[in-house]
Amino acid sequence: MAEKKPAKFSVQDLSLYYGDFKALNQINMEIPQNEIIAFIGPSGCGKSTFLKTINRMNDLIEGVKVEGKIYMDGTDIYKDIDVIKLRQKVGMVFQQPNPFPMSIYDNVAYGPRIHGIKKKSQLDEIVETSLKQAAIWDEVKDRLKKNALGMSGGQQQRICIARALAVEPEVILMDEPTSALDPISTLKIEDLAVELKEKYTIIIVTHNMQQASRISDRTAFFLTGDVIEYGETEEIFNNPVQKKTEDYITGRFG
Amino acid sequence: MTTRKIYLAELEELTEKVSLMGQKLEEMIGSVKKALTEMDGELAKAIIAQDDDIDELERTVEHGCIRIVAKQQPVATDLRRVTSIMRLIGDIERIADHCGDISEYIIALTGESIIPMPENILEMFDVMKKMVGMTIESFITENVQETEEVTKMDDIVDDYFEKIKDELCIAMKHNPEHIRAYADYLLIAKYVERMADHSTNIAEWTAFIVTGDLEQYMNI
Repeated sequence: MAEKKPAKFSVQDLSLYYGDFKALNQINMEIPQNEIIAFIGPSGCGKSTFLKTINRMNDLIEGVKVEGKIYMDGTDIYKDIDVIKLRQKVGMVFQQPNPFPMSIYDNVAYGPRIHGIKKKSQLDEIVETSLKQAAIWDEVKDRLKKNALGMSGGQQQRICIARALAVEPEVILMDEPTSALDPISTLKIEDLAVELKEKYTIIIVTHNMQQASRISDRTAFFLTGDVIEYGETEEIFNNPVQKKTEDYITGRFG
Repeated sequence: MTTRKIYLAELEELTEKVSLMGQKLEEMIGSVKKALTEMDGELAKAIIAQDDDIDELERTVEHGCIRIVAKQQPVATDLRRVTSIMRLIGDIERIADHCGDISEYIIALTGESIIPMPENILEMFDVMKKMVGMTIESFITENVQETEEVTKMDDIVDDYFEKIKDELCIAMKHNPEHIRAYADYLLIAKYVERMADHSTNIAEWTAFIVTGDLEQYMNI
């Protein structure tokens, strides 16, 4: 049994509509800090939508209506916090590595610069620390001025993670971060996620069931906008309570 | 056939092969009972030869389990089924081995001085035989309500063994000229006791497949 850690997020009766379509149906979930939480479920089940509600990425989509509450460390993220501040605290890494078309250095320094850091020595330090934390420093330290787009997919994804870490977030959201990567790069990202949970809370959407079982502490199974089951990963994959979970993870679904 | 259907068929085939192992084992145990009751050395020889069938089935099922783990990465009930089958076929195979062991002592006893069979040894054998039947049945039907009962029956078998051991020790003192025959019976009783233990293991692994709770029956 995993040790009960304090909640980073408390989600209460969260529903989300795209126009008339209800994409999330009264989600309730406590997400402990310094853990890796995996969201699994078939395409269109709401897991990515839910991930995006956590740093309010859905705000940008027209016709989206959110009901219910998400508290981060007790603060209502839809009411009591500026969205820029929220996204500084809650970073995101996407399915396709998306470095900016600029140097590796400028990619990582981008966020800190926006937040007003101008001093070169300070930026140098942030860039180095972030790249080290993202386990890519040794591979790029001699070519920081090279364009990030010239790196391999796996390296680009770690540069994106370094970019997310550079603004000192508390939470990292990962939306299928390895689905475009080869197995070796995938393993590096997985190792990295496990290392990073010491400092951050990590929420990862994945279609790779083995990935969820390998790295996450808790797993939530989503289906048609509902959380069918949420619990310790070991329990979910050894002895799920809900038949729908069992059918999904054993491939008997549909 | 879709890959998923092939996988499910492979899992089904594993279960069927284990059932077949169980069926062969029950036949063997029936023959051992007959050979023991009638002190039939020829039948005992035939039983020893049957052991190879079960060994071969064990290897086939074991390969099947490893292949499924490597290729399909089973989870949840499937994972419990595959891992439990890998364990419980070992127990089935051991029980079959002990059928062979007992048969060897039956053969030895037919060539030795005739002494009366210890009281209770056939009764003890019947309890063990019933346990094996119940555990194989519960594996096939996935009805684990009888697991607790099997575990209790194991205690009865243990008690029988202690009683038979005491009885044989006294007999050895009184009739030292038959000590070899008494020792043979003691070993037969010990094998029966071990067979009951393996049967309990099978019942526990079956319960794990169904309930997912490894501790529930292990601590009874």
